[in-house]
Amino acid sequence: MNSSQPDAISGLAAQKRRGKSFSGVTEIGLSMIQDRKSFFAWLQAAPMMLVFALFFLLPLVFVTIVSAWDYNEYEMIPAFSLRGYTDTFEGCVADLPDLCTILKTYLKTLQLCLMTWSLTLLIGFTVAYFLAFHIRSKTWQIVLTLLCTIPFWTSNVIRMIAWIPLLGRNGLVNNALEGMGLIHQPLEWLLFSEFSVVLALVHLFTFFMVVPIFNSMIRIDKRLIEAAYDAGATGWQTLVNVVIPLSKPGIVIGSIFVITIVMGDFVTIGVMGGEQIASAGKIIETRLNALQFPAAAANAVILLGITILIISALTRIVDIRKEL
Amino acid sequence: MGEKRSRSFYVLAAFFAAYVLFLYGPMFAIYILSFQGPDGGLTFPMNGVSLHWFSKVFSGTGIVDIGAAFRRSLELGLVVMVLTVILSVSAGMAFRKSFSGATFLFYVAIASLIMPSIITSLGIALEFRLFDDFMIKNGAEGWTTAMGLFTSGLGAHLTWTLPFGLLIMFAIFNRFDSRLEEAARDLGATPWQTFRHVVLPIILPSVVGIGLFGFTLSWDELARSSQAIGSVNTLPLELQGLTTTVTKPDIYALGTLTSAVSFLVIFLALIVILVLQARQRRHGSDAGKGMV
Repeated sequence: MNSSQPDAISGLAAQKRRGKSFSGVTEIGLSMIQDRKSFFAWLQAAPMMLVFALFFLLPLVFVTIVSAWDYNEYEMIPAFSLRGYTDTFEGCVADLPDLCTILKTYLKTLQLCLMTWSLTLLIGFTVAYFLAFHIRSKTWQIVLTLLCTIPFWTSNVIRMIAWIPLLGRNGLVNNALEGMGLIHQPLEWLLFSEFSVVLALVHLFTFFMVVPIFNSMIRIDKRLIEAAYDAGATGWQTLVNVVIPLSKPGIVIGSIFVITIVMGDFVTIGVMGGEQIASAGKIIETRLNALQFPAAAANAVILLGITILIISALTRIVDIRKEL
Repeated sequence: MGEKRSRSFYVLAAFFAAYVLFLYGPMFAIYILSFQGPDGGLTFPMNGVSLHWFSKVFSGTGIVDIGAAFRRSLELGLVVMVLTVILSVSAGMAFRKSFSGATFLFYVAIASLIMPSIITSLGIALEFRLFDDFMIKNGAEGWTTAMGLFTSGLGAHLTWTLPFGLLIMFAIFNRFDSRLEEAARDLGATPWQTFRHVVLPIILPSVVGIGLFGFTLSWDELARSSQAIGSVNTLPLELQGLTTTVTKPDIYALGTLTSAVSFLVIFLALIVILVLQARQRRHGSDAGKGMV
């Protein structure tokens, strides 16, 4: 970032040791210094840890506990009961071979998830590839990346309602198609449908694919690609055999982001689906609005379990910590 | 990679341009439509040009008290921003040394980042509800609720902004030359002096970036706040509520105003970052020439 930094200490650090070795200190003094340093570091990290403990870990514990509580029409009852779970899976055995509501909902959610994931991956990869390999000037790279980032800093709700004037019954798309004589009455499936849900999800969350994939690509040694060319590989072969395998960490991290967001989403699916499409996140919201906290918590535990399954399957492929 | 632009460059450039259009197009549609004339509707064509819908938002007629929600979101966003910056920088410094629980904190931050928001939100709501029940049962006089904008709401926002702050700190320190700190120590600087006069000036542009993330993520936060905000709503929550009921362009005017605040903050942050970087380059060039 700042190439002149090393100059600032030229002549000073030059003769100094580079690592963290304390060659001039005795063993005991070393461990004391380390202990004090470690304690001080612990103090520095403590406030953040406290926030996570109070507003993330403890709440998760409560979700798990409450999911096994009883409840009636208006309050939760602190007594062990699996009603939250049994109510959720109500009819799953009786209705066979038809699918019960909860399974249908999860299948629908997974389907939306899969569609969004494949589209964001395709678009995200292409955009990241363009930015990483075709933009040669650093300044332009920053400017174009910023261009992709700015919408991320603006409101999701507004980016959702922004589709209304385009896709609505009298929207631009319908008017244009009618004007061209392609259709004779407005297409109803453009807005408040699965189509608009996926469109909005892709619109909102492709950013989460672009950033990690770009981050992986930028680290690929350009000489590897030249070597592939020199060895006679076509552009396509280089892409498949060199670029994609080396971008895998970014692809996995981006996928984790997109999948977890879509699995738990209820806002986008609510607004863009006209509150008509059920999803895993929407069930929790509905239960909450009905003040059935244990049932909501049970659904949250189920959603959490499925999300963890997907993530652990994905992290088998790549060690996240190494990639930061 | 030859020197001449290949055909794939133009194909990909067209794809990128289409993506940018896809990103910005719909947003610009509502920015334009918010200037719809008094008789205009939710879609094109424009029925005259006016500030009618903006004045409607400001006078508060028709829709809920937007001014109050606007102020609440702004206050919360600023508090979240300050806390995100302080806690992230502090924890980021801690991660450069080893401390017990470092790996744990890292994984908790990642988990908080990717946890479906509705679960976090539900958990915080349950936590506060159980706490309230406990207080009432144990005879706290006139206890109503601990839930609120700056308790549960603030906590919910921090679970979302802090992971971003921490990851940015990691990115900063991955590129940080730690010999600078050693040099400062060798010259007799205390840890605080080292931080204040050596580390902070170097990382400052990125710290502004953390502040930018802190504010904008809070300003636009919706899913995590939804269950955990208590009796009052933030602006995004009001907006979401309006999507199902409003049939007039005042929702666009409100959207334009909200975006204007976002853009203003982004613009200011980028300016500050650029100024700081320029200053760094200027001062950096003096380095090593014996100047203090």
